[in-house]
Amino acid sequence: MSAVMITRKVTRKWEKLPGKNTFCCDGRVMMGRQKGVFYLTLFLIVGTCSLFFAFECPYLAVHLSPAIPVFAVLLFVFVMAMLLRTSFSDPGVLPRALPEEANFIEMEIEAANGNVMAGQRPPPRIKNVQINNQIVKLKYCYTCKIFRPPRASHCSICDNCVDRFDHHCPWVGNCVGKRNYRYFYLFTLSLSLLTIYIFAFNIVHVVLRSVDSGFVNTIKETPGTVLEVLVCFFTLWSVVGLTGFHTYLISLNQTTNEDIKGSWSGKNRVQNPYSHKSIIKNCCEVLCSPTYPSVLDRRGVMLEDLSSPTPSDASAASTHQSSNPVSQTTKSSAPLIPNEHTPDEAKPGIGSGTQKSTSSPKEEKPPSPTSPNAVAPAVIKESSH
Amino acid sequence: MAETHSLQDLRQAAVASKVFVQRDYTSGTICKFQTKFPAELESRIDKQQFEETIQTLNNLYAEAEKLGGRSYLEGCLACLTAYTIFLCMETHYEKVLKKIAKYIQEQNEKIYAPLGLLLTDPIERGLRVVEITIFEDRSIGSR
Repeated sequence: MSAVMITRKVTRKWEKLPGKNTFCCDGRVMMGRQKGVFYLTLFLIVGTCSLFFAFECPYLAVHLSPAIPVFAVLLFVFVMAMLLRTSFSDPGVLPRALPEEANFIEMEIEAANGNVMAGQRPPPRIKNVQINNQIVKLKYCYTCKIFRPPRASHCSICDNCVDRFDHHCPWVGNCVGKRNYRYFYLFTLSLSLLTIYIFAFNIVHVVLRSVDSGFVNTIKETPGTVLEVLVCFFTLWSVVGLTGFHTYLISLNQTTNEDIKGSWSGKNRVQNPYSHKSIIKNCCEVLCSPTYPSVLDRRGVMLEDLSSPTPSDASAASTHQSSNPVSQTTKSSAPLIPNEHTPDEAKPGIGSGTQKSTSSPKEEKPPSPTSPNAVAPAVIKESSH
Repeated sequence: MAETHSLQDLRQAAVASKVFVQRDYTSGTICKFQTKFPAELESRIDKQQFEETIQTLNNLYAEAEKLGGRSYLEGCLACLTAYTIFLCMETHYEKVLKKIAKYIQEQNEKIYAPLGLLLTDPIERGLRVVEITIFEDRSIGSR
């Protein structure tokens, strides 16, 4: 390592993460790629509540009870907290396999498959695992180079494998997975309550005021009411329906993904091996289980690599970075099956933990002499330390 | 007599190969690693010792993910505060992860480094594998 002090911005791990996520606040906030609908959600909630506080609350506080706006504020704060928590947290992204791990798995697969005749298609990469006396198939993810854990799925929008993948929700602008499912559920539940609350008190307000001043005058005095009622009416059906659907899923300990694919339904299919066969136990597991930590370590500091460019903006470590990967050759003794993605997208930089010493990048280079990967494009460059 | 390595010496040693101990999903989605002894480690470490390490790790992860009164209490309390409590408090899982990190470092210093091996904390690999780095044993000769 050179002794020259180079003043450069510290590179954090989130900047080099593969996948199509957006990061903000120096890696503290993690979202999906398309955020337009999320802004719409924010606008609708904040806008409707503002109208409620401006037009209805003064009248209701005086004529009925001051507890009404207070409770509305509490509910609004809770809804916003849950929404932001769902949108900004890591849904349970599984980091991609580093080159050594990917090679190790490849060699295991080769050993398991035996000799495949030239021209013949190799068998699909599936592992069978017995969980609770049911056979569950684990699929291999060609992008992340891992066998997906049970209940994990690859989100094509975020380009990540997510643990206990439920669905990608455009309204919250993020995937819903293991780590943020309970926040998502509480968001839909509290939003349903808020919508019903605002809708109900709008009606009450209009009725009360109409008794005094007549219906037409009421609408003239509080024009916001019409807008609120419209928004609440349409929101009610979708959000309450969604809450009901997810309550049903939780009681059965199923994910939306499994429900859509029909993984556990049908006569000849496997029964859900994750269900505790008791609604209360299922609810407790999904909503009250220990908060799972993020395994991404977004804010960890990356070891300085002089040969790689450091992105200075806070935008996503997008796939364009795959054209200049951080150091190290990817050598394998088994030919990798080519897929539509560049096989060398796996970022070796993620694994270099902060606890290791400065010479640890050397560890990751396998010294065993092997033939170069036939599929590898000529973008690999060795790091010089 | 075989040369024993310390953790410092290992950093200058060359890596011979890596072994990856995979997850054991037979009990469901809880974090558990296979206790099957990898063939590559046969000449390096005692099978009993290895299994004990993995079993202890599995027990620690089970403790972290345990569904019980404590986790329910933590969950309900957190929900009531709209999960803002986690801005100042560490979750139970995070506390156990620290314990695990300490345990792994201890094992590396006492048992694995002298044998020319290094355990990597599974959290650095997304809780997918336990990576064991096998270093070249210079005293015996290169493999």
